[in-house]
Amino acid sequence: MSAIPFPAPPQDSAEVLALRSEFRAFLDAQLGHRSPRQRSDNWYGYSRDFSLAMGQAGYLGMTWSKAYGGHERSAFERYVVIEESLAYGAPVGAHWIADRQSGPSIIKFGTEEQRETILPRIAKGELAFGIGMSEPDSGSDLAATRTKAIRDGDIYRVTGTKVWTSFAHEADFVILFCRTSGTPADRHNGTSQLLVDLKNTPGLTIKPIIDLAGQHHFNEMHFEDAAVPAANLLGQEGDGWNQVMSELAFERSGPERFLSSIELMYQLIAMLQGRNDDAALATIGRLTAQLAVLRRLSRSVAAMLQNKQDAGLQAAIVKDVGAVWEQTLPDFARQLVDTEADPRSQAAYAGVLANIVHNAPSWSLRGGTREILRGIIARGLGTR
Amino acid sequence: MLAEMIQRLFERALGDGEQSAARSGEWLAALWAEIEEMGLPLALLSEDQGGFGLTAAEQGEALRLLGNLAVPLPVAETMGANRLLALAGLPLADGPAGLARADHLTLEGGILRGRVERVAWGENLACLVLAVGNTLYRVPQSGWQLAEAGSALNFHPRPTLEIAWEADALAPLLHCPLAEGATLRAHQIAGALEAALDMTLEHTATRIQFGKPLQKNQVVQHELAKLAGELACATAAASLAAEALERGDLLGVAAGSLRAREAAGNGASIALQMHGAIGFTREHKLHLYTTSLHSWRDEFGGQVFWATLLGKAAVEAGADGYWPMVTTL
Repeated sequence: MSAIPFPAPPQDSAEVLALRSEFRAFLDAQLGHRSPRQRSDNWYGYSRDFSLAMGQAGYLGMTWSKAYGGHERSAFERYVVIEESLAYGAPVGAHWIADRQSGPSIIKFGTEEQRETILPRIAKGELAFGIGMSEPDSGSDLAATRTKAIRDGDIYRVTGTKVWTSFAHEADFVILFCRTSGTPADRHNGTSQLLVDLKNTPGLTIKPIIDLAGQHHFNEMHFEDAAVPAANLLGQEGDGWNQVMSELAFERSGPERFLSSIELMYQLIAMLQGRNDDAALATIGRLTAQLAVLRRLSRSVAAMLQNKQDAGLQAAIVKDVGAVWEQTLPDFARQLVDTEADPRSQAAYAGVLANIVHNAPSWSLRGGTREILRGIIARGLGTR
Repeated sequence: MLAEMIQRLFERALGDGEQSAARSGEWLAALWAEIEEMGLPLALLSEDQGGFGLTAAEQGEALRLLGNLAVPLPVAETMGANRLLALAGLPLADGPAGLARADHLTLEGGILRGRVERVAWGENLACLVLAVGNTLYRVPQSGWQLAEAGSALNFHPRPTLEIAWEADALAPLLHCPLAEGATLRAHQIAGALEAALDMTLEHTATRIQFGKPLQKNQVVQHELAKLAGELACATAAASLAAEALERGDLLGVAAGSLRAREAAGNGASIALQMHGAIGFTREHKLHLYTTSLHSWRDEFGGQVFWATLLGKAAVEAGADGYWPMVTTL
């Protein structure tokens, strides 16, 4: 009686099937020229042009009200666009965070003015967002946040440092999780969220953090008495913890939690063409079965979101099981094909394998570490 | 509703003594009579066919319960056999039934001959539903003899039967018994894993070591989370297989069946480890589930059979066709 229920996802409607083929044609037209190596960047790929094209074609803010530039489509239609984007390795970085979590947070907690000024621009693909949660001394323990925002008339004066903010050097806004009263000892109390304009905030400096693959998408954001308009408070002052937990639920609920290495699967299948090896076929079969079931679980989460149910626990399971799939894929590939991975190689297989091996460790860290997720699931089972 | 009836029947009539008898190969005739009286063998039939007209979700729930209650009788197999017989327009089973794919059987001069390996409770069945090529046969008990004894890891009989039967009940094959059996087992696996999770939660809550319940340790909590993940995968996998079976998609059955088989092994390992030594005994009922999980994951086509079938289709789809194929499963 302790099973965590996943409702059966509905069969794809005619609209959903039509959207899938329409969107695949859109991706071919926009991105058909990209190499396997580029596609393997998955959601670390970043292209303002592609995001604008997505917005123009009506593929962003899909479930939002038309009053805010959205398209009032179902959670399943959005799911199709998200999963097809990822399966194609589309460079979604310039709209990903905004469409997935910042926009929905603004819908849920924002003022009418914030909704009207920001959401239509996200839906057009014009605004890129970053995440302002982690700090040098506050990673998994988000409640230990130190960054302070002190109200001073019409502004908040912000001092502190945020890290791991993907694309802060390119993006337009972050939602900053900070402390508006008290000290880190107060934990959840006294925290708030602020909308910070990355291009126009005196006192904010952004420095790159280069990852182990030599890529620059992470950044450090340092706030030194930076002035943020008080009108940019998101939601209620002091209610930051509940808001940030809700934002994380948006972050954890999608199919991006098992498709990060999908390009390697395609390239592995290309390498196996013409090789009559039953053991290799069986390995591909097992991996495919795991993927199909993850996809079904993820579609169950979409069904729950469509019905306005809380899917936090289910999303944690999909992310936990999904991260294992995407991370272990290179090990299965290495059992089937002998190739030295090479990050500078132009060869599809060696280059993609290198990119995946380099990036895979991050997949069980971002959006809640494996350990945090398993703690959430265990709590859901009633163990603490 | 049906689920409640199933639960009540087995909670009343299936105790330690019955489980122990079944493990020594004894057929539980009295329990089987009650199962028939309840109409359970017809549970997967539509109302037109004389069944219960259950939804897919209700069918899944009933089949999971058979696993969840560790029912030591071929109830699921008989339910599946009747579904195939009804679809084929053949008479329903007149007692417990078995299911198998047996392509190596030969039909000469109207006599069907050959061995069918490792049939669950084969000596006690009233009929066997066999697929040979594109034909479905309904073989009565008089059509076979025991060729070789055999036992599953849960000690339930798996004898090999020697068929020699004048084939007079046959029909074109519509649904593959192997796919049917694999889907039934996937549901049973999910049910057994749920029981294993419940027991593991109970054990780790009540077992005190180092002055606190086991499950207050993070390392234990994380294993419980993994077990819940395997259960979620198995349950979804069984439903995926059942939907695929309904539309005649063998690849979908392969995907669902495979993931459930994998969950059976992974889940059993975690449950056993978390129980410590007591889980390794017959004193604790966990073994009813783990030995069944370890049996069921290899039945109705093994892991290699289904994985190769699905993997071949995936590789044939090619790098560009792979993802579109996955979205049809």
